[in-house]
Amino acid sequence: MMRSYSDKHNVQKKSYYNDRYFVAPQIPKEAVESDDVFANDLSVLKAKFEIQEAYIQKGQLVVYIDPKDNVSVLQTLRDELSYNFLSEHSAIDWLAKSGEFEIFYQMLSTSKRKRMRVKCFIKEKEVLKSVIGVYKSADWAEREMYDMFGVIISGHPYMKRLLMPDDWYDHPLRKTYPLHGDEVAQWYEIDKIFGKEYRDIIGPEERDSARVDVNDTYRFAHLNHEVPFGAEPSQEKTVTDYQEEGGVFIVKKLKKEDAKILKERY
Amino acid sequence: MQKVNRLKPFFENIAFEREDNHMIVNFGPQHPSAHGQLRLILELDGEKVSKATPDIGYLHRGMEKMAENMIYNEFLPTTDRMDYIAATANNYGFALSVEKLIGLEVPRRAKVIRMMLLELNRISSHLFWLATHALDVGAMTIFLYTFREREYTLDLIEDYCGARLTHSSVRIGGVPLDLPKGWIDGLNKFINHLPLDIADYEGLLDQNRIWKMRLEDVGVVSPEQAQSWGCSGPMLRGSGIAWDIRKEEPYELYDEVEFDVPVSTTCDSYGRYKLHMEEMRQSVRILKQLIPMYAETSPEIMAHAPQYISAPKEQIMTQNYSLMQHFVLVTQGMRPPVGEVYVATESPKGELGFYINSQGDPYPYRLKLRAPSFFHTALLQEILVGEYLADVVAIIGNANIVFGEIDR
Repeated sequence: MMRSYSDKHNVQKKSYYNDRYFVAPQIPKEAVESDDVFANDLSVLKAKFEIQEAYIQKGQLVVYIDPKDNVSVLQTLRDELSYNFLSEHSAIDWLAKSGEFEIFYQMLSTSKRKRMRVKCFIKEKEVLKSVIGVYKSADWAEREMYDMFGVIISGHPYMKRLLMPDDWYDHPLRKTYPLHGDEVAQWYEIDKIFGKEYRDIIGPEERDSARVDVNDTYRFAHLNHEVPFGAEPSQEKTVTDYQEEGGVFIVKKLKKEDAKILKERY
Repeated sequence: MQKVNRLKPFFENIAFEREDNHMIVNFGPQHPSAHGQLRLILELDGEKVSKATPDIGYLHRGMEKMAENMIYNEFLPTTDRMDYIAATANNYGFALSVEKLIGLEVPRRAKVIRMMLLELNRISSHLFWLATHALDVGAMTIFLYTFREREYTLDLIEDYCGARLTHSSVRIGGVPLDLPKGWIDGLNKFINHLPLDIADYEGLLDQNRIWKMRLEDVGVVSPEQAQSWGCSGPMLRGSGIAWDIRKEEPYELYDEVEFDVPVSTTCDSYGRYKLHMEEMRQSVRILKQLIPMYAETSPEIMAHAPQYISAPKEQIMTQNYSLMQHFVLVTQGMRPPVGEVYVATESPKGELGFYINSQGDPYPYRLKLRAPSFFHTALLQEILVGEYLADVVAIIGNANIVFGEIDR
């Protein structure tokens, strides 16, 4: 029997069935001239920089630039075209397709009430200049992007992983990284807390969040059959109502069936 | 990097004690005033902070990664876990971005119900903010009062969707249920009473000497800082910039209701406190207008788009083709068109944005969650410098950060 093919470059979940005649429709891309404000923005940018592609999609201008121009384009957008916010900045992994990352800067102009997106492609090992000098909000956005994708940034004052631990192996949002973590990830906490020599004794970390072990009383509650932490599971029924005769101060033999339910809130 | 082992833990090469007046304090991640899992490395000069380094990631669950491995409807309950104080705001932000992606118009009644839930969530979130913030600063009474009122909002939400914390009360294409019987009466009672309660809080706090001393001129965010650091919501309006997405880029029926956008020009924590109070009043005002609007709507609550949205239950149970479509949508998921969309909504904390890149598959190719608190936490490293150690807690509390959405 042939082993089924699995794509090593993209280990994310894929649809198990694809209609071979199905062609996904495209969200239309409108010409930039259809909006006066965006047309003006684009002409200012075109006069200074090389613009590879520009269109309007869902009411937002999308501009593809040369990655080397990123700082100066954003500087122009902020100072001349009054895009005063960098709302979001991250990357998209196209490594399997073309060996590139697509970087996007989501901009907002509060005075013009317009949003636009500046985009560029960089190669996997290519260095991207930091835009922190233009927008401070790029500080953590760039650190997160490095953490998640391994996009190398130059000129950032404190380029360190943001969400993952500093000694984490690989970058989790890449398409080659499996959802439940890789081989290294399943030993990370064991190595860190107990040491490598405990790998055989403890075993790899259980990364399947849906797994339920009925015999495990460390991690799973056994409702109505409760046993002490770590003891053998038992079939004996445990009563959960308050049992003490005479009760304690305030709680006097709590019976659930006698509990009163309020009809009105106020 | 230093060599890490069990006996020599890894502290980023920081010396925790020094000989002069300088000292490094490790604040959190398990600190009651850290509002979640915030770790702050504070360098102190005497009692003043000379450098602050926020460290996040203790609640990181990889939601963006999960989104790439889930069909769109599957991901909706996951968004509950972002800003868990106002879960509907996240559900709604995600649902709206998918609706924008597939170009869907939602029935009017669903819009009204969504707005009601969103405003209730805003009130609940602001009440929670006031409670925890006041508790951090030392005012215990407020905590008890606001939690009472928050309980009423949670009761209303529970009556609607059955959940108090993780609501999932919005669906892509509409809302799952119509309002239950008597719900409007409960809402009416609540919104008639809330302004009186807000007046009570203000009576306790507005002229309170301790409250004013702890908040006035503390945590000043200049308008330039707010813009550069990507602040949004009350943090931005607290710096004198009138920008509310509900007003400027109206979604749902926000262009049909009347409300004001409160702005504070003092740029400090006290101004932001006044702002939150006023926002709650505006939410009440919106809710009051929504009640007659609800009565005028026709009963549809889900959009009709068989390619993307399952038909109503009766139709699924009676018509074969609807059942087939429902089966395909549940097992394979909807396939939105190829393209990308960035949709920002005004969540109680600020601009909540969803960037979705779709390649025509049932799974989003890339989904980026733009959480307002993420940028507000980054701002801490600048505004904490020069403040006293005692004010650090007040500023963190005032920034209204929630770790579910920072770490995602």
